Amino acid sequence: MSDRQPPIDYIARTRDLYSALGYPPYRWVKNEPLARLAKTAKAPTAWRVGLVASGGIYAAGQIAFHFRDDLSYREIASDTPVDALRTTHFAYDLSDARRDPNVVFPLAALRDLASAGLIGEVGPNAYTFMGGIYSAGKVRDILAPALADRLVADAVDVALLVPV
Amino acid sequence: MGLVAREVESRGIPTVSLSSALSITRAVAAPRAVFVDFPLGRTAGRAFDAAMQRDIVLQALAQLRDAATPGEMAVLDYAWAADDDWKDSVMRPGSSGGDSRIERYASPQYQCTADAAAADPNCPTCVWLDRSAAPTPARI
Repeated sequence: MSDRQPPIDYIARTRDLYSALGYPPYRWVKNEPLARLAKTAKAPTAWRVGLVASGGIYAAGQIAFHFRDDLSYREIASDTPVDALRTTHFAYDLSDARRDPNVVFPLAALRDLASAGLIGEVGPNAYTFMGGIYSAGKVRDILAPALADRLVADAVDVALLVPV
Repeated sequence: MGLVAREVESRGIPTVSLSSALSITRAVAAPRAVFVDFPLGRTAGRAFDAAMQRDIVLQALAQLRDAATPGEMAVLDYAWAADDDWKDSVMRPGSSGGDSRIERYASPQYQCTADAAAADPNCPTCVWLDRSAAPTPARI
């Protein structure tokens, strides 16, 4: 018989851990749901799908993320081979992501769905950053609008977002 | 990422967030989400399991059509292991899975030294939005 537990409450565990270490509590963002959802009239088979991931992914030849106040992002061409992808992050276990970056950056899966005709195509670029940025204000006011600008410019119909 | 999702959605592009941190994604109120109950860093499936990775992405994309209400979250029917014991030690004080965070270095942290040598100091696809926090060329 298997023992199932509810999903880990990372907010509670972070609070308990920081408290045990003598740090002030991490202030998680709390929002009301948006008033409405965006919609696309297109069928999935016609979608151009954008991808944004926060697992600290970069491509060989690019500058890696640093861990202190890094608000930068990387543009990664969506035809980049998986073996040119790297991951770096201060806060999660990278062992699987370094063997197979698709576990945090499902580019191969999206390309596969496009080849199979289940979606129209993958956007020209994927975008990556390193999550765990302390300033929610900077993410909201600087990084989020910059990434939204890129997805709008790429004319994607929908976007798949993969936080870590 | 929830803040990015809300911004993108507000520009008229439907988003779906693939998350393994249910409480965080719910608190930030991502417009649409799919929850995968895996350890952080494996949300899009097991390493080298292309079939699972594809299925998870497909189910996430399905939520773009199926979600009716802002903040809706679908739970995928995947379990990481035969039992959930892996959850016991995650971020627990005093456990090996406790404070495993790495120091917040100000210099780029490459996966391997070859990457550091291969990095283009003028990288056109590396976008610094906050110049004051960008690494100096000497540190690259």
